[in-house]
Amino acid sequence: MNPAGETSRIAVGRSAPGAAGAPLWPVLAGVVRRDLLVAMRRRSDVLTTFFFFIIVVSLFPLGVGPEPGTLREIAPGVVWVAALLASMLALSRLLAGDYADGTLEQLALVPQPLVLLVLAKIAAHWLVTGLPLVVIAPLLGLQFDLPFGALTVMTAGLVLGTPVLSMIGAVGAALTLGVRGAGGLLALLVLPLYVPVLIFGAGAVTASAAGLSAAGHLSLLGAVLLLSLVFAPWATAAAIRIALE
Amino acid sequence: MLQGVKLACARGGRPLFGELSFEVEPGELFWVTGPNGSGKTSLLRMLCTLLPPESGEVRWRGYPVRALGESYRAELAYLGHAPAVKDDLSALENLRFALARQGPAPTERELLGALEAFGLAQREDLPLRALSQGQKRRVALARLAFCAQRALWILDEPLTALDNAAVELVRGHLEAHLARGGLVVLTSHQEVDLSRMRVQRLRLDA
Repeated sequence: MNPAGETSRIAVGRSAPGAAGAPLWPVLAGVVRRDLLVAMRRRSDVLTTFFFFIIVVSLFPLGVGPEPGTLREIAPGVVWVAALLASMLALSRLLAGDYADGTLEQLALVPQPLVLLVLAKIAAHWLVTGLPLVVIAPLLGLQFDLPFGALTVMTAGLVLGTPVLSMIGAVGAALTLGVRGAGGLLALLVLPLYVPVLIFGAGAVTASAAGLSAAGHLSLLGAVLLLSLVFAPWATAAAIRIALE
Repeated sequence: MLQGVKLACARGGRPLFGELSFEVEPGELFWVTGPNGSGKTSLLRMLCTLLPPESGEVRWRGYPVRALGESYRAELAYLGHAPAVKDDLSALENLRFALARQGPAPTERELLGALEAFGLAQREDLPLRALSQGQKRRVALARLAFCAQRALWILDEPLTALDNAAVELVRGHLEAHLARGGLVVLTSHQEVDLSRMRVQRLRLDA
């Protein structure tokens, strides 16, 4: 790339090792570690999402009444809708802060592909917002008298489904960067896209509670996960570049 | 080495500048001046590929930067208007993560040395929200100490909120970088003594 006759004292050879050659993993690990550390420093934000999920799920048995049959029936839908709302609540923190303080600009100028950096950010976001839901959900399921098999299926569904929520949410968060009233718009944009996850996720638990196989629902959830793994980071990165212009 | 070819820029439907051509050579400081809203920041963002020009193109070593992509970004150190630091993290953590984005991490001692040089000794573990505006700027600027290998520095108002001592320090870094044969593109409203540097001035008019 250096035309002949170019004589600069910053030798091209010296800039080359730092160039495209800067290893990918340390950069990605740096992004994840930084986001986790920021989340740790703002623990109250993380805990808000977590307790929101617990409280919403726990309110239903109190409101609907203690009839075990009814509770078992509504459990899958309630848990999944609460997970959807909780994960949406956390989306405003995924990119907006980094956009405001200029970090996104710097990420867009890193030699490594922005798509992968975005994926690292989504992973960090899922670790602090999605994973806690997966962990606590079986316990909440007990309130609804779900059988053990259905609890397992619900957890498996959440393991596959919550990353999808984070990824679809990231696209929405990137599209609403710098927009006034981004919160409301984000909800309108993202919630309809969550529908497949809700249907297959809740469907898996319902099927399992009814004694049917949940394999079909779960593999569809897995397919949705793979699809969003391919498309969501790419769309998010494109939306970020547009927002930065 | 860094060329702008007939660059044009419009923001919000209003043309800011057009047919802007220039060339910056190694060892040269390119000082962009002009009143607020004349497109200085837009020009700088264009030079570092964040903002596509309305027309014209930016060339680096003779090649359009869009085509160079990551190999151009690897030679670039950009310091924007927003300092890209987090209030919740300490000065040391901010610097470490900023550098983690640009390759092999320096040692703890080097990081502390850079922060100390920028007058942040004993403050490196405080969360940034406990520091003043100027001190936050200093944390962002401490990154320059590790950008010696990056040929092109693009600095948008790096001297805002800095006191004289810090301005001197930044000037020292700029001088050293030019002496190495690096290029600096700079906007600043403050008058700085650049007499010992090779300066090319560009004045944008609103």
